[in-house]
Amino acid sequence: MTEAVKGWDRNQMAARAAQELQDGWYVNLGIGIPTLVSNYIPEGIEVTLQSENGMLGMGPFPYEGEEDPDLINAGKQTITELPQTAYFDSAQSFAMIRGGKIAMAILGAMEVAENGDLANWMIPGKLVKGMGGAMDLVAGVGRVVVVMDHTSKHGESKVLRACTLPLTGKGVVNRIISNLGVLDVVPGGLKIVELATGVTEADLRAATEATIVG
Amino acid sequence: MKNKVYASADSALEGVLSDGMLIAAGGFGLCGIPELLIDAIRAAGTKDLTIASNNAGVDGFGLGVLLATRQVKKMISSYVGENAEFMRQYLSGELELEFNPQGTLAERMRAGGAGIPGFYTRTGVGTVIAEGKEHKDFDGQTYILERGIVADLSIVKAWKADPSGNLVFRKTARNFNAPAATCGRVCVAEVEEIVPLGSLDPDKIHVPGIYVHRLITGPHEKRIEQRTTRKREAV
Repeated sequence: MTEAVKGWDRNQMAARAAQELQDGWYVNLGIGIPTLVSNYIPEGIEVTLQSENGMLGMGPFPYEGEEDPDLINAGKQTITELPQTAYFDSAQSFAMIRGGKIAMAILGAMEVAENGDLANWMIPGKLVKGMGGAMDLVAGVGRVVVVMDHTSKHGESKVLRACTLPLTGKGVVNRIISNLGVLDVVPGGLKIVELATGVTEADLRAATEATIVG
Repeated sequence: MKNKVYASADSALEGVLSDGMLIAAGGFGLCGIPELLIDAIRAAGTKDLTIASNNAGVDGFGLGVLLATRQVKKMISSYVGENAEFMRQYLSGELELEFNPQGTLAERMRAGGAGIPGFYTRTGVGTVIAEGKEHKDFDGQTYILERGIVADLSIVKAWKADPSGNLVFRKTARNFNAPAATCGRVCVAEVEEIVPLGSLDPDKIHVPGIYVHRLITGPHEKRIEQRTTRKREAV
């Protein structure tokens, strides 16, 4: 692809991902760009954010001086509670995840394949920090949306026929939101749903190794 | 009623530590970690420990202090990225590491404490986590068998306790403390305050005292790992 095609920036990707939310949903947001999604929740839509360390109803960062060491999110950041907040232990937290009670997770990705395989936890030979709750989330929630850069900094596609990195989950991704547009995982490959601002279908196809159908 | 309250972390651990033992520890990051008991295990010098804990602390705090003294042989964790000494020991082969998905680790502790030796989960199917594990299909879905954890010792941190061992946690500091407390043959809990019998609402006990064998209290540092704030809007 040509270097001029940038499409959406981080915040625009987060804003687009926020359009996926539906009123009344319980949602888990991953670390990185997915966290920014909470800044763009559309007017009239109420969602309850789950933090897998044991909280429903995650509020914004605290005001300076009001940080509470007993109140953090899954990224270990200090946060606040809301009137509807509930706390619980880690076993209960993953019971609701595994039990399919969380409507959607929005997560980052290193690679996604056309069959919905997701790799986002380790690069062999590099520092491995662990999968945290990502494997449980992708296996358990109703819908998995990934937000990612479409290509590596060297221009290589990260939307692939098959993942090369160790998987977080097999056939788990429903929708990809990248800087170049929105694609759905459908039988036979990926279907283009939307193009990012200033991106042509030819740009998107050129940056995608995966099979595009339809 | 048996008195479960001990004068210090050292005395509460007397007779329950042995080299090579398996310890389940509560906490998520540095939130709700049993910092007093970790320090006492360091002082006791118990070695070749296997520790099941979601994270491994940071350099110089939390489980990081037991890594610095080389008392840990193996960690069972879901995320260990915040600890340089951990990474050094792991990459040089001095420290074993078993990655567990976070929910699988929590459920392994819960199951172990509940007398359930194993359970089937979809988590990790088709990944390296599933390698070597029994696979079984239920209703058209594939699951893998994961084992419950029964630890030689559980170390947990709660907000308040009464002398019978009933525990109450505060906010997200509950995390792995509740399942970890249940899965130890012996559970030692450290709390910020021991309150008189009858002063905790029996309807609001998070871990009933049956799971807790020994109790201590003391000052906690409660370090914050990532201090994030927002500015007040100008009035």
